[in-house]
Amino acid sequence: MWAYWLSVPSHWREIPARYRLEGGICRSCGHTMLPKEDICPVCGSRDIAVKQLPRRGTVVNYSVIWNAPRGYEYYTPYIIALVRLEDGTMVLSQLTDVTPSEVAEGMEVEMVLRKVRVSGESGIIAYAYKFRPLMRGD
Amino acid sequence: MVFVIGASVLKVGDHWEKSLRNLAAEASIAAIRDAGEVDVDYLIVANSLSGVINGQENLGSYIASHLGLIGVPAVKVEAANASGAAAAMLAGSLIRSGEARRILVVGVEKMTDYTSLEDSNTALSTLIDSEYEAFHGATLDSMHALVMRDYMRKYRISREDFSYFPIIMHENAVDTPHAQYRFKVDLNAYITSPLIAEPLSMMDVPGISDGAAALVLSSKDEGPNGNAKIVSSGQATDRISLYNRTSLVEMPSIRMALKRALSRVDDFKPDFYSIEEYSSVSGYIAVEELGLVGRGEAYKLFRDGEARRDGSTPVNPEGGSKARGDPIGATSVYQLAEAYFQLTGRAQGWQVSGARRALVLSIGGLGSNSIVHLMEGA
Repeated sequence: MWAYWLSVPSHWREIPARYRLEGGICRSCGHTMLPKEDICPVCGSRDIAVKQLPRRGTVVNYSVIWNAPRGYEYYTPYIIALVRLEDGTMVLSQLTDVTPSEVAEGMEVEMVLRKVRVSGESGIIAYAYKFRPLMRGD
Repeated sequence: MVFVIGASVLKVGDHWEKSLRNLAAEASIAAIRDAGEVDVDYLIVANSLSGVINGQENLGSYIASHLGLIGVPAVKVEAANASGAAAAMLAGSLIRSGEARRILVVGVEKMTDYTSLEDSNTALSTLIDSEYEAFHGATLDSMHALVMRDYMRKYRISREDFSYFPIIMHENAVDTPHAQYRFKVDLNAYITSPLIAEPLSMMDVPGISDGAAALVLSSKDEGPNGNAKIVSSGQATDRISLYNRTSLVEMPSIRMALKRALSRVDDFKPDFYSIEEYSSVSGYIAVEELGLVGRGEAYKLFRDGEARRDGSTPVNPEGGSKARGDPIGATSVYQLAEAYFQLTGRAQGWQVSGARRALVLSIGGLGSNSIVHLMEGA
């Protein structure tokens, strides 16, 4: 069941996106995306620039996972959500610092860097973005 | 023209005592026997998860070796749950082009060699985007859950309204000898079923299973047990990631695949529909995309019994993925084999009476790869 193991290079190359929400913007139609694609999924342009995406957004849809894959059992139950960032970019992420009963569509959230999983022979710890409820007064 | 001249289906379930190749061989031998012990000049293996679960790739050679088909060209075809439909589509092209005359298509999936749900979920999560969905802990089930929540919100239907789907599927499977779950379920069973990815429960999705099914396709109208024709086929893909889609409650790949399949025939009125549905909600979206009902109204087709085997619009007369079982890469070979048995009047106990034409829809992933086959009794 090799799919469980996380390879170091595969995580390393995604670090700009996973640590900093570095995505892409299409110079032709303005569509923003995470990750930065080679071809714009909206207009097909190949002219895509790196863009720092906003760290705040809104939960538009979510699910509470009770049956986890290997490597995620520790978090169960955990919440995955579709989050619309302030500039409209859609991302799929775990929510953190919130219980399933507190989650609601429309909830304002902000990005934080968190441990996602520990895996592989070397015990690599993979960090990445998660979203937590926006602190009031921020 | 492409004819199905023989087929076989093994019972879907836990086959602890059999390996991937044992299952593939058993189904293949039975299908070749059904077709009259013919020679085949091409082998296509439909499978989705052998590299992940069984640590075996190169399945073309692997299965050909085990069947004694040394020298026969062979490949594995993979398109998630639609692998078998993709295999049959390619087989059809090879036959029409003259590259092959008779092709054995065998679908096989051996999922129970790992026994924990964590491992099954890991394997199934390879069918969604690995780097930006599965990495974050998303599973195939949870992707269907997001679609289900959106569907409930858009069409203002309740969780209970999804129960009609598994209820009908299980009802149909009671009479299907090769089905995995041959028992009825009711609303109470649905409501009390454990949530696995809220709002989706265990009753919304298939179990984990092993299975194998096989078809013998031929350029000629031959075969001792009758045959059926694959009249036309169509395939289309969609973005694999949900976050990249404009609507969660539509599967445009189904519409496109259907349009392509219908563009090659004059007028095609199916007597029944076979739909590969991984969840209740994708079953609902599928019948809507096929145009059987309006958006958000699929539940009525099942609630009012029209989708029953003896109803006005039979859907999955054998029980579908939910109750017949869903050995992922093999599932759509089951669909085509079942349609063949229906169209040759050999679906004893689960026969749709007078079935002459079938529409077989296979959905890979979460609508990311859809294939429609139109079949007719020869």
